[in-house]
Amino acid sequence: MVGVLVVVAILAPVLAPWDPNKPDMKRILESPSGKHWFGTDQIGRDVFSRLLFGSRISLAVGFVSVGIATLIGILLGAAAGYHGGMADAAIMRLVDLMLVFPRFFLLLAVLAFLKPSIWTIMAVIGMTGWMGVTRLVRAEFLALREREFVIWSESIGAGALRVIFKHILPNALAPVLVAMTLGIPAAILTESGLSFLGLGVQPPYATWGNILNDGKDLITYAWWLTLYPGLAILITVLSYNLLGEGFATRWTHDCANPRSDACFGSAAD
Amino acid sequence: MALSRCAGWCWRSRSSSGSPSFLSWSSSWPRGPFDYIRGEESGQDSKLIERLNKEYGLDQPIYVQYWRWLVRIGRLDFGRSFQPDAKPVLTKIGERLPITLFLNFIQMIIIVALAIPIGVASATRQYSLFDKVTTVFVFIGFATPDFWLALLLMILFGVQLDWLPISGLRSLNYEYMTFWRQQIDFLSHLILPVTVVAFGGLAGLSRYMRQSMLEVVRQDYVQTARAKGLPEPVVIGKHALRNALLPVVTILGLSLPGLIGGSVIIESIFAIPGMGQLMVQSVFSRDYPVIMGNLVIVATLTLLANLFADLAYGMVDPRIRFAGRRGRRRR
Repeated sequence: MVGVLVVVAILAPVLAPWDPNKPDMKRILESPSGKHWFGTDQIGRDVFSRLLFGSRISLAVGFVSVGIATLIGILLGAAAGYHGGMADAAIMRLVDLMLVFPRFFLLLAVLAFLKPSIWTIMAVIGMTGWMGVTRLVRAEFLALREREFVIWSESIGAGALRVIFKHILPNALAPVLVAMTLGIPAAILTESGLSFLGLGVQPPYATWGNILNDGKDLITYAWWLTLYPGLAILITVLSYNLLGEGFATRWTHDCANPRSDACFGSAAD
Repeated sequence: MALSRCAGWCWRSRSSSGSPSFLSWSSSWPRGPFDYIRGEESGQDSKLIERLNKEYGLDQPIYVQYWRWLVRIGRLDFGRSFQPDAKPVLTKIGERLPITLFLNFIQMIIIVALAIPIGVASATRQYSLFDKVTTVFVFIGFATPDFWLALLLMILFGVQLDWLPISGLRSLNYEYMTFWRQQIDFLSHLILPVTVVAFGGLAGLSRYMRQSMLEVVRQDYVQTARAKGLPEPVVIGKHALRNALLPVVTILGLSLPGLIGGSVIIESIFAIPGMGQLMVQSVFSRDYPVIMGNLVIVATLTLLANLFADLAYGMVDPRIRFAGRRGRRRR
């Protein structure tokens, strides 16, 4: 399912029957028909094509912002978990501090000072979502730091960076991957919420959120502007959540040793 | 226990008005907060805007502005709104805070009141039809964007069926109603927003409740209770439920920021004059003092909520006492 969604996003220009940004004044607000599957919006653009193109932005925002969050999370979490002491205390206080702000309020406050564009949205969503990963990575590091293979490699003189990235991190990746899979739909929901408020990705780029925003004043008349983008979000988020849930159960229940290579192999395909 | 927690939080809340907000100041201005003045003859207005910017210190570098803001906040001076009404920020927030709190309170009660029985029921009959249906419902609840659900409900109940009002908290003719009509009117305005939020929250909490209950039911003391011949309702309701509630209390406390954050979108859609709506309006008009003030107040609320959750935790579980750091930590 997730694969299908990614393929659809990549192939959007081929699959889309109409130009998503070309207005057609003769066909304003047409209800769904054989020609325009999901109808047209208030300046006659094809909603189906806009949805296809919107999926590219939604998925891109999801992947990039989760990538940013994971990167920050791994770096900080590894530093906190491996070094402990002051570094640990400082980083964990920073995490506590970020968690005090409801995410949506924080996002809005930051966006108030920035020019909204796809890149700022990605960066901002990523930079407000790294706390969970940091905690996860730190907990894994705390547990792994005392294991024999780590102590062994330290004893033959491996540097901190080498131990962190070569020895501990690969063993700590499973929960991070689960968190990433579950983070993508969360980021997509956040982006669509921001775009819906008109503070996210700006027109003329089509995203699911701003199609909904366009349709919100017309709910009395043009229900198709509201129904289909929302369904697209629902299906995407649902499939990522199920995938994440699948990863989680596979790595924690099905394998006797969740870190054995066999488990990784079976989950990766 | 309460005191030690308080002390920790005081420190944290003081620092919390610090760095993240600093991030938000460290950027260029896309457009100024006084652009609403700009009219037809822009020559005169540009000078006025310049003067206002100077007066409010907006021509200073970001760190100077931030430092000044921090000093003022230290004296609990939140400043005045940049909007034409120039009201003090605290007054503006104070007008809206009760509405948001009230809504979140109702939502919380409904979520808890429904999620706990649902969670218990699906845990005690694991893999039954009811359990499967709720599991599907939970996954859909997680994946549904709340604003989309709000729009759909508005289309269905507000437009097609015309049963419920879809915006604001009061009808236009509110003043002319009798007292009881007014109460009914108010409640009918609440139904849609509360339903939307409860739907999402319900999914999460009932899932946690189910998980927690499943773990507890396997414990020895539950077996013992059954073995000594207690009726099943007593076993579940008294022995299992009380222990299963513990982690749920923590989750509840942690989910509060999300609930408050969610009110941004819900209040904007339903035109409810609460803090979320104020936040969105201030972001659009670049009303920086209100934005920053909002952020500080919301963070304080979250801290208070966490504190209450911790205290409640101590009440539900007598084993947790002021025993220092060995007890279960919130994080």
